[in-house]
Amino acid sequence: MADTHSVIGTKNKKGQTYTDTWKMMNEAPRTPSFFTGSEVIKEAVRRASCDVMIAYPITPQSEAAALIGELFAEGYIGDYFRGESEFAVMSQCAGAAFGGARVFTTTAGPGTMRAMENFPMWAGARLPIQMIVTCRGINSPLSIQPDTLEIAYLLNTGMLVWHAETAQDFFDWILKGYMVSEEPDVHLPLALCCDGFFVTHTKDVVNLTPADMCLPPYDPYRSPVPCMDMECPPVRMMRDPFVMKSNYISYATHASWQQEIWAAIERSRKHSIHWLNGLIDAENTDADIVIVASGTAVSQGREAIRLLEDEGVRCGLIKVKTLRPWPEEEIREATKNAKHIFVPEFNVTGWLAKEIRATIPNHQRVHAGPHVCGGMTMPPEIIVQEIKTALGMKSFSLAGRGS
Amino acid sequence: MSKERIKISEDLYDIMPSDYQDLVKSATYGKEDRGWKDIGNSKELIEQHSLCAGCPESMAFRYILASLPNPEDTVMVGSTGCTSLVFPMVAVHNIHSLFGNQNAIASGLKRALSVRFPDRVKDVVVLAGDGATVDIGLDMTLQAWFRQEKFTTICFDNELYANTGGQESGLMQKGFVAKMAPVGKLFDKVRLPEIARESGCHYVVNCTVSKPSLVEKVIRNAVHIAREIGPTYLQLYTPCILEIGKNSMEGLQEMRDSEKPTERFAYKEYISEPAKQLLAEMAAKDKERKAAAKQLAGQA
Ligand SMILES: Cc1ncc(C[n+]2csc(CCOP(=O)(O)OP(=O)(O)O)c2C)c(N)n1
Ligand code: SF4
Ligand SMILES: [Mg+2]
Repeated sequence: MADTHSVIGTKNKKGQTYTDTWKMMNEAPRTPSFFTGSEVIKEAVRRASCDVMIAYPITPQSEAAALIGELFAEGYIGDYFRGESEFAVMSQCAGAAFGGARVFTTTAGPGTMRAMENFPMWAGARLPIQMIVTCRGINSPLSIQPDTLEIAYLLNTGMLVWHAETAQDFFDWILKGYMVSEEPDVHLPLALCCDGFFVTHTKDVVNLTPADMCLPPYDPYRSPVPCMDMECPPVRMMRDPFVMKSNYISYATHASWQQEIWAAIERSRKHSIHWLNGLIDAENTDADIVIVASGTAVSQGREAIRLLEDEGVRCGLIKVKTLRPWPEEEIREATKNAKHIFVPEFNVTGWLAKEIRATIPNHQRVHAGPHVCGGMTMPPEIIVQEIKTALGMKSFSLAGRGS
Repeated sequence: MSKERIKISEDLYDIMPSDYQDLVKSATYGKEDRGWKDIGNSKELIEQHSLCAGCPESMAFRYILASLPNPEDTVMVGSTGCTSLVFPMVAVHNIHSLFGNQNAIASGLKRALSVRFPDRVKDVVVLAGDGATVDIGLDMTLQAWFRQEKFTTICFDNELYANTGGQESGLMQKGFVAKMAPVGKLFDKVRLPEIARESGCHYVVNCTVSKPSLVEKVIRNAVHIAREIGPTYLQLYTPCILEIGKNSMEGLQEMRDSEKPTERFAYKEYISEPAKQLLAEMAAKDKERKAAAKQLAGQA
């Protein structure tokens, strides 16, 4: 059986050294590199010791998925192929993970929706697959533009769901993500989301870890459920399959297993805090006004805060990094002084605002907005205007909005 | 895996269920010439089943599990349907995930096992119903064959959706009146064996499970060819006696009636050229082995 610790310091066939992940992420030198988000995904996967990657084209993740193919051709990944649809791909990922592989895949928008039946199955089967979701519109008429509505559907699948703001988050979290989801007391899939185009197709300076260091390999024998490789007992699972029983024991088994999945998400909290340095980042939360956001809406919020500062309005910022586990305590604590909480979002329904309203006392403090969707950008000015309007301050009307 | 792996710790032996003790004592993992004749003499890899009494699927399961050439290194993939009630009791690692995605699961699984065990044989065998194989999962069935994925696909063809109560399926016969086919099925039984051949399968057999020796032969061939060459497909008639109105004793006769030369389950096989060559090599080796054994017995 593979022992994760005994391989540290040894080299893989590409000459990369299996490195203690904490050292690699926190102590190894970093090289600033000017890359697109897609290239950053490739660079993270290069260092992730992935066994299997399965791809399917859909904008805006096609480029990243194809770049990972190049990694396979270079020998960095055990196997790689294009599946026939996202539903099939996510099942192929499941098959590979059942067989004990570290698995990586990417999808977006309609692909996420097409594959949806797989996600609760992944969680229920405790498969620590990592799926990058480069969010895009799922509405009709067809849209390929950024829109985060699909995240709302992922929140109740039993997967871990993280929302990256920048390409740097992405690079670090892909690698750290495996460390959290492969913990024996977690062992759940991770949907690592970002806002399509804004992160995937823009260039940014990202500090990369050394290319000759890689993660320790996945050890499937640390899984809380047996790996399906005929190498570990038991070879027979049970005598009475619960599916065919309509009795209390059967219901109780299903119920307790669902509870266990959600308990595992809770147990991921401590690991996520350890690796991500907290589930949220909070600044100036003693201010009366606080913006709470995830993804690139955080960046827009940060700009809006600068504009407001120029006008003498002080405003705090909370960046929500993990949506599952949901940082309930953290958000409650960080918003306790706020009189007004603004939640800018790149989707029409405002799922983040709903989650926050359900979390904090005096939820009328939450102003759900501004919302943009369908690919619209979110200029910081519209956040400023939303805030000023709510506070009864005078604001210049924005172009096209009338007065 | 060797039988060593499933050995029970001495301290825990007495609290393990007796059927698990039997598995360790007398199952045929690792026995080179295992086959249907072991049934009754050794511990079977299926403990009980929860199918209807007399369901031919239960016979098929027993013959198949007795015939797998390498059960100690075989992982099976199932799908939702009557078979999914049996799999949890099968003593070979097996995966149930969703309805219809079995060939996608198997594709990922086989590749993962090849990456993890490059120098070992790990066979993957899919076993699913006709609804799973031909209707909801057809895309993934065919695409796995197009890609030449190296595993065996077995379809338990009972010509309907048994588990949900007897609805029309693509492998149902034309004209059959069923749930969701209230005026009789309007189109022909899908010709999957022919499609399988055209899609790149190297070994295709269409038959019933009335003869255990025949099931043994086709399973061995299908698994060996999939291991060495590429995809293989077996379509086995396992009539749903419940839905066609037969009683428990009548499954065997139903299969015998349906395998007559003019009937839809008359034995049909297709073997690709490379597969023929492999079978010939295997037969030659077998002959050699038997001759050597005979000689050894003569000397003794
Ligand atoms: C996505 C999905 N759709 C429908 C079902 C319901 N369903 C369960 S088993 C089954 C029929 C299985 O038929 P078949 O594959 O022929 O197997 P059989 O029961 O006949 O052996 C159906 C439709 C399901 N479980 N999942
Ligand atoms: S419903 Fe039909 S196929 Fe299913 S167990 Fe009963 S007889 Fe067999
Ligand atoms: Mg059927």
